[in-house]
Amino acid sequence: MPSTFDTVANIIAETCDIQRDTIQPDSHAIDDLGIDSLDFLDIAFAIDKAFGIKLPLEQWTQEVNDGKATTEQYFVLKNLCSRIDDLVAAKGK
Amino acid sequence: MRLEYFQLIDRIIDLNLNDLTIRVEANVPTESTIFEGHFPGRPLMPGVLLIESMAQASGWLIIGRMRFEKMPFLAAVKEAKLRTFVTPGQALTISARIVHEGSGFAMTEASVAVDGKTVSNADITFRVVDFPKGDFLDNMHAVARRIAFPLEAVAHD
Repeated sequence: MPSTFDTVANIIAETCDIQRDTIQPDSHAIDDLGIDSLDFLDIAFAIDKAFGIKLPLEQWTQEVNDGKATTEQYFVLKNLCSRIDDLVAAKGK
Repeated sequence: MRLEYFQLIDRIIDLNLNDLTIRVEANVPTESTIFEGHFPGRPLMPGVLLIESMAQASGWLIIGRMRFEKMPFLAAVKEAKLRTFVTPGQALTISARIVHEGSGFAMTEASVAVDGKTVSNADITFRVVDFPKGDFLDNMHAVARRIAFPLEAVAHD
């Protein structure tokens, strides 16, 4: 079974036509990979489908805009994957 | 349809908030200034307006789903196909289905049919944001009544 990171990285590579080997756990989706908010909707769609969750993008965006969180907390891939794992675990409860 | 006013839906004939589907009627006008340029002597319904009509049908479905608390805005159109010419006077049936509801976005599959035959279809993505404040809600309610949107189906308790 592929890891969360492998699944997410493959989604990003396929959705945004980014070379898979350039996508690393420490990559920032926006700053390093150049993914814009519209492309991220396609990624969110694929992640929602793959993991059976709903990424809370509105909440995350609000927290960043309010200065309560940084984009790194949500959009550095290892952090994104950690949040996906949390959402999957919460779904199973 | 009043093409010049971007009024591309004449009447909602079915809004199903359980199945997340909508079906609307729209009659292509026999005359429009748009046909003077598209094309001189050979009037055709512009493909971009067929896509817009699918976006509008999808949009009303999402508005219904969100009970006028959220407003969809067109963000992306994928796999848009314009399968045959649509001409003045033709009666269109436009259908849409929500295929994914994300956080702050929604995706639909939509199609346009003439006499039961699909003439256009597309996968459409919308950003979904808080409904704009002010007179906008009243204006949208007025449009909703004009196109027979079942307001009672989305009324709050």
